[in-house]
Amino acid sequence: MGFDLVGEMKGYPSKSYHDPNDEEVIIKKGLLRRVSINLILVLLPVSLFFVSFLLGRYPISPPEVIVVLASKFLPIEHTWPAVLDTVVFRIRLPRIVAAMLIGSGLSVSGASFQGLFRNPLVSPQILGVASGAGFGAAMAILFSGNPFMIQISALLFGLIAVGMTYGISKMVRGTSTLVLVLAGIAVGALFSALISLTKYVADPYEKLPAIVFWLMGSLSSVSNRDILMVSAPILIGMAILLLIRWRINVLSMGDEEASALGVNTRKLRIIIIICCTIITASSVCISGIIGWVGLIIPHVGRMLVGPDHKALLPACVSIGAFYLLLVDNCARTLTTAEIPLGILTAIVGAPFFVYLLRKSEMGWS
Amino acid sequence: MKEVIKVKDAAFSYNEKDKIFENISFSIRKGDIFCILGPNGTGKSTLIKCIDNMLKLKEGSVILNGEDIYSLKKTYVAREIGYIPQMHNPTFPFSVLDVVLMGRAPHLSLFSSPTEKDVKIAKDAIRTLGISHLIEKPYTEISGGERQLVLFARVLAQQPSILLLDEPTSHLDFGNQIRILEIIEKFASTGLSIIMTSHFPDHAFLVSSKVAVMNGGGFIDMGIPDDVITEENLKCAYGVDAKIVYVNDGAANGRKVCVPLMNR
Repeated sequence: MGFDLVGEMKGYPSKSYHDPNDEEVIIKKGLLRRVSINLILVLLPVSLFFVSFLLGRYPISPPEVIVVLASKFLPIEHTWPAVLDTVVFRIRLPRIVAAMLIGSGLSVSGASFQGLFRNPLVSPQILGVASGAGFGAAMAILFSGNPFMIQISALLFGLIAVGMTYGISKMVRGTSTLVLVLAGIAVGALFSALISLTKYVADPYEKLPAIVFWLMGSLSSVSNRDILMVSAPILIGMAILLLIRWRINVLSMGDEEASALGVNTRKLRIIIIICCTIITASSVCISGIIGWVGLIIPHVGRMLVGPDHKALLPACVSIGAFYLLLVDNCARTLTTAEIPLGILTAIVGAPFFVYLLRKSEMGWS
Repeated sequence: MKEVIKVKDAAFSYNEKDKIFENISFSIRKGDIFCILGPNGTGKSTLIKCIDNMLKLKEGSVILNGEDIYSLKKTYVAREIGYIPQMHNPTFPFSVLDVVLMGRAPHLSLFSSPTEKDVKIAKDAIRTLGISHLIEKPYTEISGGERQLVLFARVLAQQPSILLLDEPTSHLDFGNQIRILEIIEKFASTGLSIIMTSHFPDHAFLVSSKVAVMNGGGFIDMGIPDDVITEENLKCAYGVDAKIVYVNDGAANGRKVCVPLMNR
């Protein structure tokens, strides 16, 4: 369609629109800022990854870290004590990888859910996955205490909770996202009550503290086996969300509009819910409940790269990985005893969220 | 000329009992501007949504280019039919360019994002609507009139052959209403077929080639504006007395306008 309205519409709505290079100039202005932000988003998590190996009770020097890590890929003569290998590969590596994996996973799911539900205040736990997983873990602690059973039970009940939420939303006429959120609140409340019930009946000297600590969230007991178990589902879920991320823009305009733009809203919604649920349930089952990450990181991302999900989701991968690794480093080094991670993310997250609200740069009303 | 879209015996209801409308049939040819007039709450928006398969008809059918719309793929329908909603509340402050790019969605597969080519089409559409200066502005921070122009740019980027407009001029000021009507006329002159709803009988006189008056769940009259927009039909649809007068606008062709009368 090549007609020219510009001549026709002179004087509307302002002067300088007819310069065809106008938009190029406006777009270029932001280019430098964008390039530097992207650079920071790549460098920050990568450098923190290496720095994190230096933190902890056993002192390791930066060159040692590089050499020990490189020895996995390069034929380097083994001249360091074996304990160094243990500290790097058995203790610090799984924890660092888990923090980055879970941080980015929760952030990407949070950003996707906020787009899907058209609400910047939802977190990946909105459909009840955390309460479900918490109940699953509490039950497993109550009846067995086997770490593997706890993980499997948490995963299973996390998925069951979201399944129930989705099922309830299907029973109500219409498939509005609001119904989903409300169903999620109901299911979350139900499982919270069931968690309280298991706590109430649990042995107060042994089982109860275990349940309470699990619910607070921690990465202190993460092993390489755990990483192997959850990395595939988390990475696959993230990859799918990253592939469909531009469509989340369209979906966030509302179901009817998205549908008029040719988007199969029902299919897209189910894909997003399944991916986010798999990511959060897999995270929760090895880390316990870690709040706030999925809620605030997408906001930080929007402040840096804007609301376009095409840029936002990759930014969330980086910021989420950086943030949770930073907080987990604090959790394990600030005091001699480990601080539960979920407590720290809330203590850091809540004031930061208030700061974001005050800055009012979020642009949504 | 060939009919691009045809609605046959359409009926719709949200529940089973109360029909929103029934027995609605019409057809549109290339370049037509079909204006559906009617009072608030008579089902005009619902009808528009049914034509675009956002809502499913209870009875009857919508035939797009000779084929039943329910047998066609969603992306194909979206490449053929563009839709501009009446009102919407965007949550995220997407830039104007991002919003216009969404018009490319039916041309892209599930896993792909807009390419350079799509960005160029979007920018061309933005330029055509004369809103290049807004390109990086957040969509949430521009005026209602500017938003309407952005949505027209988006539907231009979508490159459909039929355009559905739900009250395109409501919420706009006096001047912007006419500017939007001018754009609608331009779109039609390039071969787009347009179906629009409106509260303003005058707007139908200004741009439409075909008018229907909708009330009480059906069309009470349909045809060319001069035949359909009559004092009787307006009284019947809106329940107020109106006078239709001829105005000489200085140019060669004068036109008719509707003046509502108040009972005093």
